[in-house]
This record gives sequence, structure tokens and C-alpha cells, in this order.
Amino acid sequence: MPEWLRLALVIAGKDLRAELRSRTAILSAVVFAALVLVVFNFARDPTALAAVDLAPSVLWVTFALAAMLALNRAFTIERENAALDGLLLAPVPREALFAGKLLANLAFVGTVEAVTLPLFVLFFNVDLGAALPGIIGVTALATVGFVTVGTIFSAMAVRTRFAELMLPVLLLPFMVPPLIGAVQVTARLLAGRPLSEMLGWLRLLALYDLVFVILCALVFTAVVDE
Amino acid sequence: MTAPEGPEALVRRGTVITAIALLGVAGVYVLAWGYTPIEARQGVAQKIFYLHVPSAWSALVAFSLVGIVSALYLWLNDPRLDRFAAASAEVGLAFSAVMLTTGPIWAKPIWGTWWTWDARLTLTLFLFFLFIGYLALRAALQDPGERARFSAVIGILGLLLVPFIHLSVYLFRTLHPQPVVLKPSRPSLPPEMLRTLLISGAVFLVLYVGLVTIRYGLAAAEEAGERGDAA
Repeated sequence: MPEWLRLALVIAGKDLRAELRSRTAILSAVVFAALVLVVFNFARDPTALAAVDLAPSVLWVTFALAAMLALNRAFTIERENAALDGLLLAPVPREALFAGKLLANLAFVGTVEAVTLPLFVLFFNVDLGAALPGIIGVTALATVGFVTVGTIFSAMAVRTRFAELMLPVLLLPFMVPPLIGAVQVTARLLAGRPLSEMLGWLRLLALYDLVFVILCALVFTAVVDE
Repeated sequence: MTAPEGPEALVRRGTVITAIALLGVAGVYVLAWGYTPIEARQGVAQKIFYLHVPSAWSALVAFSLVGIVSALYLWLNDPRLDRFAAASAEVGLAFSAVMLTTGPIWAKPIWGTWWTWDARLTLTLFLFFLFIGYLALRAALQDPGERARFSAVIGILGLLLVPFIHLSVYLFRTLHPQPVVLKPSRPSLPPEMLRTLLISGAVFLVLYVGLVTIRYGLAAAEEAGERGDAA
């Protein structure tokens, strides 16, 4: 295993251990996602619009809002007791530090999504059926993209006065391409369309992940080092 | 910008350039009313074109320069680059506000709707939001070094975001008039309209230079003031 990956896993492990011991953030995020789904159910007119037509947007707006909440937490915990300074003093390359925080955020957001998806099926009576592996795949693809950008933005937002407000304002424009792609692919998967109709969107999502993972790893040092 | 001028001299010079450009804008409107023909199908509503398109061009120039200068800042660490990026973002935001208000005014009589989720409209709207975020982040940070580094990161990421937003919204069929000047074949405008548009484009670039010079000078004065307080 390369050294940077080992260090990244150590950092991610630290974050997840801290979270598993308190479990406050993950529980709040899951409850929040469930509440968003419930609110959505009352915000639609069941006689005018079939649940399956609305389902992709409901699912992705819920994922996006829950991810935003989860990302706020990533560097807030490092700010308390100046824990970030300790991390920066450790002989860890900045790219490994970024990868560690990214992996922890992905695990966190992924867990929230994994709990939200069955709730979504339950509340909206959507039959995933054969679409399930595809939906898991496109969720992973889109989530990597916006969590990468979100990780670097949350490191910046915690340094400001209104961190909880600053993160969504900065991040939402960057969430637009992955969200549009994910909604389009999810809608086609639920409608049982052939793969060829989704390929363009999947390429766009993969390219987004590639570009922003590399770029964010490169500029991360400008965010944490003076 | 390299000349060792005081901030006051820069603000003065910027004000002169801006005043000249504003006279130019008035001149463009004299041309638009007196010189260009009335468009056959759109009527006088088309006249807003000489304001809308050049401000869109200037906004695009402003935002591209923010991205490029941000990358240069992370490399060279020159505070002047940061000051320029901030000035350019602010002026770009003003130009895109002009673009986003003149657009719907034209669209209501021509398209029959104020707003539509067309590819180009969506892209510019998100650019607008992106730079509001950029300026909000700058306002929320105290330390000048941190402010410069963070906003440079947003500037670079923003520049790379543009093609992605464009690609993803382009798949919704576009309603916006297709390019009439910057396209492979010859411009499809009558020569009077084309000349007026190009003059207006030049005038708006002068306006951009004037406003950025003022903002740059003011930022330099503010920084000098902060240093003076600390000493």
C-alpha cells in the first residue's frame, strides 16, 4: 500500500472513530434526510403527479441537502481545540491529508445515502427492481464529485463567521452538474431505458470526478498552509 | 499597474476612463437609434441588444480573468494579483447584473416569457451565483493572506466549473439566439448593426477597465489604511 494511502486511511479512521463514539452527527443527518423525504411527500399533489415522475428529483435533493449538513461537520470538528494545527504539524503530505478527509466524508455521506434509499423506496412506493445496482453506481459517481469539492469548501467555510451559511452558497453552484447528471440517469434507470441513453451523462459525471479530485488535491495546500 | 502610483492617482485615472466610457455608452445609443435599421421581426425591442451582448462579453472577460489571475496568484503570491481578481469579480458581477436584467426585458415581448431554463441563461445565472459566493467569502474572512488564498481557490475551481455547467445544461434544447458574430461563418448581421455592436463591445471593455482601475485603487487604499492602523 502506498504511504500516502496508508496515512489517508489513518486520518479517515480517526474521523470515523470519533463519529462512531458520539454518533450525534450521523444520527442527525439520517433523521434530517428522513424528514426531508416526509416534507416532500406533503409538498406534492398526488393526484397531479405520479410518485415515480417526481422520484429522481426528490431522491437527489434529499441526498444533496443531507450531504451539505454532513460536510459542514468535517472541519468543524478540526477547528475545536485547534485540532487542525495538530494535524498540520504531523509529517503528513497535504494530499494525503486531503484524501483522508475526503474518504471520511465519503463514508459519512455514503452511510446517510444508504439509509435514505430504503426510506425513499418505502415512502414513495418506488419499485427499484433491476435498477438498484445502477442507482448505487450513479450515486457513487455523483457523490464522489460533490463531496470532493465540498471537502475543500468546508475547510474554507469553517474559517469564516457564518460557516453553516457559507458552505451551501459556495457549494451549490458546484453541485449543479453532478446533480443534473444524477437525476437524468436515475430517471432513465427507473424507466428501464437502455444504457446507451445514459452514457453521455455517465461520462460527464466521471470526467467531473476526475477533474475535481485532481484539482482539489493540488490546491488543498493553499487552503490549509499559510 | 506596475507603475509605482498612489491609490488616489489610480482612482482618479479610473474615474476619467469610466467617464469616457459612459459617454461612449451614450454615443452607442445615439448610433443604435439613428444609424442602425429597425429589425424586421423584433422591432425596437432588438435595440437592447447593443447593451445586453457587450455587457455579457465584458462579464465573461471579467470572470475569465478572475480564474486566470487566481491561478497566477497561487503561483506568484503577489498581493496585486489578488486585488485585481477581487476588482474584476466585482465589476464582472455588475456587468452580469446588467446582462441578467436586460435579457428578461427583451425576452418578455420576443419569447413571451421573462425567464426560461435555456442552457445559456442557466450558465450565466450560475456564474452570477458563483461570484456572489466568491465576494461573500471575501467579505467573511478577516486575514488578508487567507482571504487571498481562499478566493484564489474559488476562482480556479470556478473557471473549471464553467465547461461542466455548460455541458450539462446544453442537453436541454437551447432557445437563446445563436451566436451572430463569433461563429465559423461570416457574421449574419447587417453592417450597420455589426459596426454598432462592435463599437459597443469596445466601449464596454473601456468601461470594464475604468471600473476595475477604480476598484483596484480603492482596494490598495484600504490595504494601506489597514497597515497604517496596525503600525
